[in-house]
Amino acid sequence: MTGYRNLTIRQKQIVWAWTFLAVPVVFYVVIRFYPTGTAILISFQDWNLLGSRSWSGLENYRTLVADPVFWKVFKNTFLYLLIGTPVSLVLAFVIAYHLDKLRFAHGFLRMLYFLPFMTSAVAMAWVWRWFYQGVPIGLFNNMLASMGIAQVEFLNSTTNALPAVLAPAVWAGLGFQIIIFMAGLRAIPTSYYEAAKIDGVGWWTVLTQITIPLLRPTIVFIVVFSSIGFLRIFDHVFNMTTNNPGGPLNATKPLVLMIYETAFTNYDMGYAAAQTVVLFVILLIVSLIQLRLLRST
Amino acid sequence: MTATDTIRPSSGTLLEARAARRPRNMGQVIRWLLLFAGGIAMVMPIAYMISTSLKWPHEVYNINLIPDEPTLENYTYVLEDGRFYGWFINSIIIATLTTVSNLFFDSLVGYTLCKFRFPGRTLVFIAILSTLMIPTEMLVIPWYLMSQSFGWLDSYWGIMFPGMMTAFGVFLMKQFFESVPDDFLEAARIDGLNEFQIWWSVAMPLVRPALAALAIFVFLGNWTAFLWPLIVTNSVEMYTLPVGLSGFGDEADVAWELIMTGAAISTIPTLIVFLIFQRFIIRGVVMAGLKG
Repeated sequence: MTGYRNLTIRQKQIVWAWTFLAVPVVFYVVIRFYPTGTAILISFQDWNLLGSRSWSGLENYRTLVADPVFWKVFKNTFLYLLIGTPVSLVLAFVIAYHLDKLRFAHGFLRMLYFLPFMTSAVAMAWVWRWFYQGVPIGLFNNMLASMGIAQVEFLNSTTNALPAVLAPAVWAGLGFQIIIFMAGLRAIPTSYYEAAKIDGVGWWTVLTQITIPLLRPTIVFIVVFSSIGFLRIFDHVFNMTTNNPGGPLNATKPLVLMIYETAFTNYDMGYAAAQTVVLFVILLIVSLIQLRLLRST
Repeated sequence: MTATDTIRPSSGTLLEARAARRPRNMGQVIRWLLLFAGGIAMVMPIAYMISTSLKWPHEVYNINLIPDEPTLENYTYVLEDGRFYGWFINSIIIATLTTVSNLFFDSLVGYTLCKFRFPGRTLVFIAILSTLMIPTEMLVIPWYLMSQSFGWLDSYWGIMFPGMMTAFGVFLMKQFFESVPDDFLEAARIDGLNEFQIWWSVAMPLVRPALAALAIFVFLGNWTAFLWPLIVTNSVEMYTLPVGLSGFGDEADVAWELIMTGAAISTIPTLIVFLIFQRFIIRGVVMAGLKG
C-alpha cells in the first residue's frame, strides 16, 4: 500500500484505469478477437467435426464459388436486403411523417406501431406461419375465402415464400424505424418551416428541399442498421420453414441458415467457417458503400 | 400544414389550447383515421395470437377476433406439461444475469475510457469499437468449439458467456459519461473517495436514464435470442423460450392454439413491461438509436 501512496495522481489514474479494464480486456480478447482469428483459420481447413482436420488452403472457398446452392443463397440474401430495406424505409418514413403532424391520441397511435418491436421473432414467425396456412387453417386464406377470392399459396410457393417470410421481419422492425424517424423530424428547427411558410412554398417542396435533406443522418442510420439486419436474417426463415429449412427448394434460404446447416447439421466446420468469412466481407462492403453513398453530396 | 400549426407554445387560454389539440380540418381527420387503421393492422398479429390462445379447438379456425367462449384451458395444458415453465425460468435467469453483467461492465469500461487518461486508451477504445463490425454468426463456430473443450455446452454459462459485455453498451455509456462534469468527480476525489467509489456512487447515479435504456436493449435482446441458444443447448431442460417454442411448434400434431399459447407466453411479458414503461422505453430507444 505504501507503494501506491507514493505514486503521483497521474500514475494512480493509470493503475485504476487498467484495474477497471483488466476483466473486460481479457473478455474482448478471448471471446471476440481470438474467435475471429480462429474462424478465419478454420476457413482454410478441411475439418469435419466427427473426423480428421487438415490444412486445405483455398479449397473451401473454391467449393463455395462452385456450389450452385451458395449462389442461390447469395441471391436470396440480397433479395431480403433489396426488398426489405426500401420497403421498411418508405413505410416508416410515411408513417412517421404523418404521425408527427398529429396531436390527438398521438401516444396511443405511436404505441400501436411500436408494439411489434417488443415481440420475439420466433413467436411471431409461428403466428405468421399460421396466418399463411391454406384453408381451413390459415387466417389469410380464410379471409380470402370469405370474400370469395382464390386461395394463395404462401410458404409452399417458390415465388411467394421469400416475401412471405420477409413480411414479419419488416413488420417487427417498423416501429423502431418510425420512432427514430420521428426523433429526426423533431430535431429539425421549426424556423426552417416558418421561413418556408412565409415564402409560400408548397408542401412537396418543403418535404424534398427541407425535411429529407435535413434527415440525412437519420436516413443513413436506418438504412445501414436495417440492411445489416436483413443480411443476417435467420430466426424468421428457420421457424417458418422448419419442416424443410430454407425451402421450398432453397427459395427462402439466407446465408446464415446455410452456415447453420453446414456447421451444425453436416458438421463441416471448415466449409461453414468459409461461409462466415464471406458473410463478414459482405456486411463490411455493404455498410461501407452505404456510408459513402449517403454521406457524400 | 406543417408541425408549426399544431404546436403553439403559450397560445392564450386553456380553451384555445384544447381547440388546437383537436383535429381541426377534414385533412387531419382523414390522416388520423388512416394512421389509426394502420396501427390496428400492426397489432393484429399480436391480437390474433392472444385471441387464439384463449379459444377452444373447435373455434380456432374461425376468423372472429373475440372468442365466443374464452378459456384458459390452453394455458393450463401448456404449463402443466412443465417444459414451458422451465424454459420461462431459464429465459428469465439468463436475460437477467446478462443484463446485470452488461450494466456493470459496459458502464465501467465506458466510464474508464471517458474519464481516465492513460497509455493505451485510444487503442482499447478502437479495439472494442471494431468488434461491432464482427457479426455474431462468424463467432458461433469458434464459440461452439470453445464451449465443447471447456465443457460449457448445455449450461447457463454456455448460453450467456458471449453476451456478458457488448461494444454497443460500452459506446453508449461512454457517450453519456461525457455529460458528467469532471468537477463532480474531482470534488469526490478531494473528499477522499477512491476511484471505484467515485464511479459507483457519484457518476453512475447521474447516467440512470442511459443505464435504463441499455438494460431494456440487453434484456430484450437476450429474451428473444435464438441462434446461439439453439446451437449451444442439447437437452430440453436447458432450452430458452425461443428455442423451446421452435421445437414445440415442430412436434408432430401439435395444435395451432397450443403453439399460439406458447408464443403468447414468450411475448406477453415483454409487452406488459412495454405497456407499463412505455414513454420511458421509447425515450430509451431514441437515446440508444441516436447516440449508440
